[in-house]
Amino acid sequence: MNAISRKLKEFEMERGMPATAIGLKEAKLAFAHVSFSLVALLIGGLCGLLQTLVRTGVIPEIAGVGYYELLTAHGLMLAIVFTTLFIFGLLFSFLGQSFGRFEEFPRRLGWVGFWFMMLGVVLVTWMVLAGEASVLYTFYAPLKAHPVFYIGLVIFVVGTWISSGAMFRMYADYKREHNGVHPPLQAYMSIMTVLLWVVATLGVAATILFQLLPLSLGWTDKVGIELSRTLFWYFGHPLVYFWLLPAYIVWYTVIPKIVGGKIFSDALARMSFLLFLLFSFPVGFHHQLLEPGISAFWKYIQVVLTFLVIIPSLMTAFSMFATFELAGRRQGATGLFGWIKKMPYRDVRFLAPFVGMLFFIPAGAGGVINASHQLNIVVHNTLWVTGHFHITVGAAVALTFFGTAYWLVPLLRGRTLTKQLNRIGLVQTMLWTIGMLFMSTAMHISGLLGNPRRTGPAAYFKDSLVADWIPYHVAMAIGGTILFLSILLFLFAMFQLAFRAPKGMEEFPVAETEEAAMQTPLFFENWKLWIFVTFALIAFAYTVPIWHMIENAPPGAPGWKLW
Amino acid sequence: MHIHRLEKIWLGFGCVMLAVFLVIIGISAFASGNQPPSDATLIDPTQVDQTKPFDKPGLKKIDDNRYEAVMVSQAFQFTPQNMVIKKGATVDFLVTSKDVVHGFEIVKTNVNMMVVPGHINSIEYTFKKAGEYLIVCNEYCGSGHHMMSTKIKVVE
Repeated sequence: MNAISRKLKEFEMERGMPATAIGLKEAKLAFAHVSFSLVALLIGGLCGLLQTLVRTGVIPEIAGVGYYELLTAHGLMLAIVFTTLFIFGLLFSFLGQSFGRFEEFPRRLGWVGFWFMMLGVVLVTWMVLAGEASVLYTFYAPLKAHPVFYIGLVIFVVGTWISSGAMFRMYADYKREHNGVHPPLQAYMSIMTVLLWVVATLGVAATILFQLLPLSLGWTDKVGIELSRTLFWYFGHPLVYFWLLPAYIVWYTVIPKIVGGKIFSDALARMSFLLFLLFSFPVGFHHQLLEPGISAFWKYIQVVLTFLVIIPSLMTAFSMFATFELAGRRQGATGLFGWIKKMPYRDVRFLAPFVGMLFFIPAGAGGVINASHQLNIVVHNTLWVTGHFHITVGAAVALTFFGTAYWLVPLLRGRTLTKQLNRIGLVQTMLWTIGMLFMSTAMHISGLLGNPRRTGPAAYFKDSLVADWIPYHVAMAIGGTILFLSILLFLFAMFQLAFRAPKGMEEFPVAETEEAAMQTPLFFENWKLWIFVTFALIAFAYTVPIWHMIENAPPGAPGWKLW
Repeated sequence: MHIHRLEKIWLGFGCVMLAVFLVIIGISAFASGNQPPSDATLIDPTQVDQTKPFDKPGLKKIDDNRYEAVMVSQAFQFTPQNMVIKKGATVDFLVTSKDVVHGFEIVKTNVNMMVVPGHINSIEYTFKKAGEYLIVCNEYCGSGHHMMSTKIKVVE
């Protein structure tokens, strides 16, 4: 009996049911993250629904809770809490799949991180709902929220660092025990994702700890705004890749298995993740293209660096379609596009991520427009950007997470995905697609007509120039309503899968690599080198402009509470 | 490292397109001067009312076809309100903020920039068509953000 089958046998005895690839204690840790991410999804989704209805004028503002409180809660709950908790749950699952059982110490560390995150979320939510922190999730210094809001965020981020530390430790242990062997692909990608998160959050931690929290506590009376915004966007763009990379892990390693194929190339998959780490940092200024105080030259340099991220995106697109085509041909497809018919569209584990991929094609193209040096001026701060955001994170990432949850939740709970729940999943995916098409299309078009983003209800409606925005707000409300129905259906299915579905063994879908694929070079494991290159690129892109910002700083601005 | 032939073609095409795109943007930026608004002028945000030219915000005619619009943004309004100019005139907008970050967008034009306290931002635009133009704040600035607007009337 080899080590793996012995481990599986142990799991079987422990759970009194057929073995899965994850131990009971590992599954509990991952499920805690995933289940609370779903609570955040419900709250955030509800705020989103209310927002579209309030802005269209279908319902008046809800007693005591204004539009911008809803907007802050919607952004924080979905873009930060839902994503981060789900991602950490997913990454713990990937590591459980890759490494088998966790050691006692890193597993406990994972729990400490989880409870830190929970405490942070509670403090932040409390402040937002109390109307003490309507600063949206991008902070907008010198707007000044309650200190507890910032303290909650710090605790949340520290929680994620503790959990990241647990994962680094597991990876290092594995490497020590398996000299000269590549850790499994899913583990490599998971570690790359948390590494990206840790390096990114250094920026947001710096602005909170050294600028916003002291201002909020009254220790300082002024804040340097451009520096704060630069530190935020240094975090804010890699954050996008922190959302995207776990979805890419599913695309690269899980989807090939579900379509009955193999991973196109282990080495190229690792390389694309490495490139994402390197290229996602020196790019923050493309969010600040229209701001004073940053030279146009350095903005252009960062635009060039931003576009380098297109290369790993193109690699990912190629790998996906190569996998689909090879799998289809193996199943007897002929002709150039015959493989399209062979894909398992009736399997929610495939359909949801696949629709997400389709959304990502226009989303990526829109991203290129947003980041363009001059084209940005047409769409900057309009609803176009909101539309873009919703088809990247809200469609490509969210749909992939939905599709993943349909096998992950029953797997973690020792249950199975039934035919009926799969059918609910297909309907739910369809609803999400339709809702998102309505909403994001309306946002993109009305953004091109100049409709600004992040604005409350009935704005300038008396102006004849903006009368043509109204139909788009109606379309957004229709889309938002359909999206919320989809969330309710999803949560119903998740409840069933976690607590009601028949007990059994759900497969952890992990594909093998194509036999013909190349050997993975060992330099991908040279972490010291890659972290050095990452920081060198960050230093190249930021040192001069930040020096300029400090050297030529305006007198600081006092804080304001304008809500 | 072996890379599949088709993937090489795909990535090669992608990289070449990327380079072409960046060169076009670069020529447009550095040869034709199409730079995003990046004014480096500083101002004390607490002293805006005492600092020239913002002590007297308003529309000034410089010559026949050119105006300077000195504007102050403040939660939740722009000063001055309701400017009137002649069709075909070019306006230099000079904008700063007395409190928080605001946006400055003239709807249905390519005038769009960020207004950050402590900084002055500027942009020029030639109004070729007559009509009413709406200026809105497009960066969240507080509970009255969606009320913050002003207008420019362009007359024959």
